[in-house]
Amino acid sequence: MISKGKFGKYGGVFVPELLIPALEELETAYLKYKDDEKFNEELDYYLKEFAGRPTALYYAENLSEKLGCKIYLKREDMLHTGAHKINNTLGQGLLAKYMGKTRLIAETGAGQHGIATAVVGALLGIPTEVYMGSEDVQRQKLNVFRMELSDGVVLPVESGSRTLKDAINETMRDWITNVDTTYYLIGSTMGPHPYPTMVKHFQAVIGRETKKQIMEKEDKLPDTIMACVGGGSNSMGIFSAFVEDEEVELIGVEGGGDGINSGHTGATLTIGTEGVLHGSLSYVLQNDDGQINEAHSVSAGLDYPGVGPEHAYLKDTGRASYDAVTDKEALESFKLLSETEGIIPALESAHAIAYAKKYAEKEENKGKTIVINLSGRGDKDMDLVAREMGVEI
Amino acid sequence: MSHIESYQEMFQRVKDKGEGAFIPFVVVGDPDFETSLEMVKTYVDNGADALELGFPFSDPIADGPTVQAADIRSLNSGMTTRRGFEFIKCIREFTNIPLGLLIYYNLIYKMGADEFYKAAKESGLNGILAADLPPEEAEILLDTADKYGLDQIFMAAQTTSNERLEKIAEMCSGFLYVVAVMGVTGARSELADTTVELVSRVKSHSDLPLAVGFGISRPEHVRNVLSAGSDGAIVASALLNIIEENLENKEVMLTKIGSFCRELKEATRK
Repeated sequence: MISKGKFGKYGGVFVPELLIPALEELETAYLKYKDDEKFNEELDYYLKEFAGRPTALYYAENLSEKLGCKIYLKREDMLHTGAHKINNTLGQGLLAKYMGKTRLIAETGAGQHGIATAVVGALLGIPTEVYMGSEDVQRQKLNVFRMELSDGVVLPVESGSRTLKDAINETMRDWITNVDTTYYLIGSTMGPHPYPTMVKHFQAVIGRETKKQIMEKEDKLPDTIMACVGGGSNSMGIFSAFVEDEEVELIGVEGGGDGINSGHTGATLTIGTEGVLHGSLSYVLQNDDGQINEAHSVSAGLDYPGVGPEHAYLKDTGRASYDAVTDKEALESFKLLSETEGIIPALESAHAIAYAKKYAEKEENKGKTIVINLSGRGDKDMDLVAREMGVEI
Repeated sequence: MSHIESYQEMFQRVKDKGEGAFIPFVVVGDPDFETSLEMVKTYVDNGADALELGFPFSDPIADGPTVQAADIRSLNSGMTTRRGFEFIKCIREFTNIPLGLLIYYNLIYKMGADEFYKAAKESGLNGILAADLPPEEAEILLDTADKYGLDQIFMAAQTTSNERLEKIAEMCSGFLYVVAVMGVTGARSELADTTVELVSRVKSHSDLPLAVGFGISRPEHVRNVLSAGSDGAIVASALLNIIEENLENKEVMLTKIGSFCRELKEATRK
């Protein structure tokens, strides 16, 4: 490898020997194309014309009034396929094409990253196969159908807990077996180097736009930036432009599930410990022996027992802080934003809204300017939320 | 236990007899502590020259469904890292052949490398191979392995360049684990043609003894890799399949394992 891909002690390349040459090839290609004029022209074209960038930085006036802070929403929910995921799948999909790979594979939990990969596969003419835990296939039939409509092949995973973590295991095994022809399109700032760095690079567009927009609107940097953290890509995307600006407070909000001490939680940074999972050293939810626990969150995107290694580094250095909100709080804020602003957020993003509400209640935070990354829209969550509310649709 | 045989001694011993080394694998605690120990004894009584022992892991990315199922059975039976070391001590009561541990790195990381290697040594292990720890990340472990007199074993694969092979050979001790297939562990009916090529390529870059694993499922596979120049053959999934198929009848399981081991060992005799 050209670089070790470390963030402090976190990150790295903890993978079987078979994959190292593939990661070297990927790193070399990424470094070659990330500053390549033609590559970036093509990527910018698709981000604008296909995905719908730039997204608005919307002043949420009603919510601001209600909470007593000045709240802006970065509207990643307005993007094609409904979430920020498309920024990364366009970037990596294009990279796969430039590398001459003839097959895309990806893992997905609820299906959002799977859809964003399948549509890019369709766009660029690369056959796409998506691993999804068989439990999730059952729970997310609509998204399975959406992937199949874009000519993606959904491969149900029957091993282990039959959810996201096992879908990742299975995708890695596929990659180990078919590494010559196949591009593994990881959906978050996790996995072995160069993925955490590369996914951040492709998601950094969120932060760059936000910074420009807030300067235009406020003529100053925001006091606080909040984003939900599952694997960590939307948060890393928006944080990246502000990490150097020490005066801007960065807060990541995890899926607390039934509560961080309930045993049913996805709050990896909040209560996890250092460990190696899926190719990198970071925080993980694990037992005393290092066996990985299953995560739990009402939001599938936050339902993961690991987290991107750079978040672990930002936590340890104190540059960012992390906290969790419960399923219940997230569901309340899902309704709050829908009612006050007419914007239905993804359950993932609703976690950041829920945290903002608690944050704004504190006296010392009154009147602060807050940017919340609204990473996705809630269309995908309708069934689940209706069920939670006891409504039949 | 008297003198523990080193890998070097073992490979020399079988070589002197004109044989190759037969190295069967088991996940310790699969399906439970007692049965697993009887399995190991059956391996030893039926020709094993060394043993590969796996501690179970919740997320074994380098393994196929057979080993993962064995990991789950073992974890469900209550296997832990500490009990794993107890298990190895029990093995040492009846054999002095080399014992290698095949493991995922998080189990080492969680306990702390020093404590883990110390416990490994005390239990009677010869060497450790972490499946998800390439040379890039392994540097820090080499001193610890040295300190406790354990071999740090590495894998070489078909994708490994000659340049990397040399680096790996330099860091590796005991033997070099050659990954026969492009893929994960699992029984296969055919051995890839490229395996033979790989063995001779590795031979030309390393003086270490070689043992080939992944997909070695039949006596003819064993013969093939040995005639290609390998010093040993590691058999895993094909044996674990016998466990899985005979969970209800331990006696039949052990009888079948015993006779299959004798066939595999016989195939190492030229």
